Amino acid sequence: MERIPILKMGDYLLVTIQVDMHDRLALTLQDDLTEGIARTRARGVLIDISSLEIVDSFIGRMLGNIAAMSRVLDAETVVVGMRPAVAITLVELGLSLPGVRTALNVEQGMRLLQLAGAEQENFNGRGER
Amino acid sequence: MKPKEEKSRIPEMIARRESDLLADWLQEQLAAATLRGDLMKESELREQSHQFLNLFVRACSQQTGMSDISAPGWEDTREFLSSVSRARAHQGFSPSETATFIFSLKQPLFTLMRQELEGDPRKLADEMWVATALLDKLGLFTTEAYQKGREEVIRRQQQELLELSTPVVVLWEGVLALPLIGTLDSARTQVVMESLLQKIVETGAGIAIIDITGVPTVDTLVAQHLLKTVAAKRLMGADCIISGIRPQIAQTIVHLGVNLADVITKSTLADAFAVALRRAKLVITRAENHG
Repeated sequence: MERIPILKMGDYLLVTIQVDMHDRLALTLQDDLTEGIARTRARGVLIDISSLEIVDSFIGRMLGNIAAMSRVLDAETVVVGMRPAVAITLVELGLSLPGVRTALNVEQGMRLLQLAGAEQENFNGRGER
Repeated sequence: MKPKEEKSRIPEMIARRESDLLADWLQEQLAAATLRGDLMKESELREQSHQFLNLFVRACSQQTGMSDISAPGWEDTREFLSSVSRARAHQGFSPSETATFIFSLKQPLFTLMRQELEGDPRKLADEMWVATALLDKLGLFTTEAYQKGREEVIRRQQQELLELSTPVVVLWEGVLALPLIGTLDSARTQVVMESLLQKIVETGAGIAIIDITGVPTVDTLVAQHLLKTVAAKRLMGADCIISGIRPQIAQTIVHLGVNLADVITKSTLADAFAVALRRAKLVITRAENHG
């Protein structure tokens, strides 16, 4: 079955979406990712959607859901590299993804995750594990 | 087809006495109240009239007849009239002044027909009718072409305005600014949004400042457009600052109940730029005077 690979990079999970998302694939990704976070105890998830050209309301909602789920599992989500057309579409659909952090590219996204991680460490001493 | 059209003598008459007709017509046009000597030279008018008569005779003598000016035989005439109308629309003629070019041909033509068909009133009446119908059609056609010419001008200006109104400037490495001037509507917001987002992708800028000093009024719709733009930019991972909010506009926004709480707003572009520099961890200091 078709799957989107999830790479582990240190404390973070890296997901690069390089194919057109269809609903089944999105649901599989959701399953794999929550599973992955729980298994690897990742602190953050970085989703690179720079090759994603088409979104619909379902994919938009799924991005929001993944962020919410990761937060429940104590991991931050950063969505990076959204194309202008995709951003406009999502806003027009009324999905401004309030809970999702965003960055222009993977590099900035990584920095954002590290900052967020450092903040959390200070906050609840999670770094001791 | 009506048989009388086939034996119409109009083309033959005009062809035979073209110079007379042209002279009369020109006199008519020059005497008319709608003559615009300030916009057009007499020689130009003479040239146009001469050319039109030539084409008119050629078109009239064709098989397709004189009742239907959309027929292929009239194509040259139509083209010529369109170009004349369009040129006049650009020169600043009014629609009636443009249409007079055709309508002023009626009187000289009728005079000519009366002279030629003196002994045959029936024939004269028939021919008159044909000629009137034809010239009316041509006159309306010029007016239509005139209108089209005007519309073209308007459309082009709209396009130019749209292009003029959305410059995205790079203020600093990683800082973009978009000075908005004029009223925002949906179409413009769309263009603004697209060009700004595109520029963000190109430059990788983390902060964009929208300056609305030049926006005369902000209503709920404009505010909504602004919020949409901000939301789209946030989705792409860039921050947004709205600057240039005048006191009256601030009052309007609050009275309208628009929620700008999630957006950073500053009163001047300078303030916004200072914030942007701070974000980028840059400091501006006064240079020491080494004099």
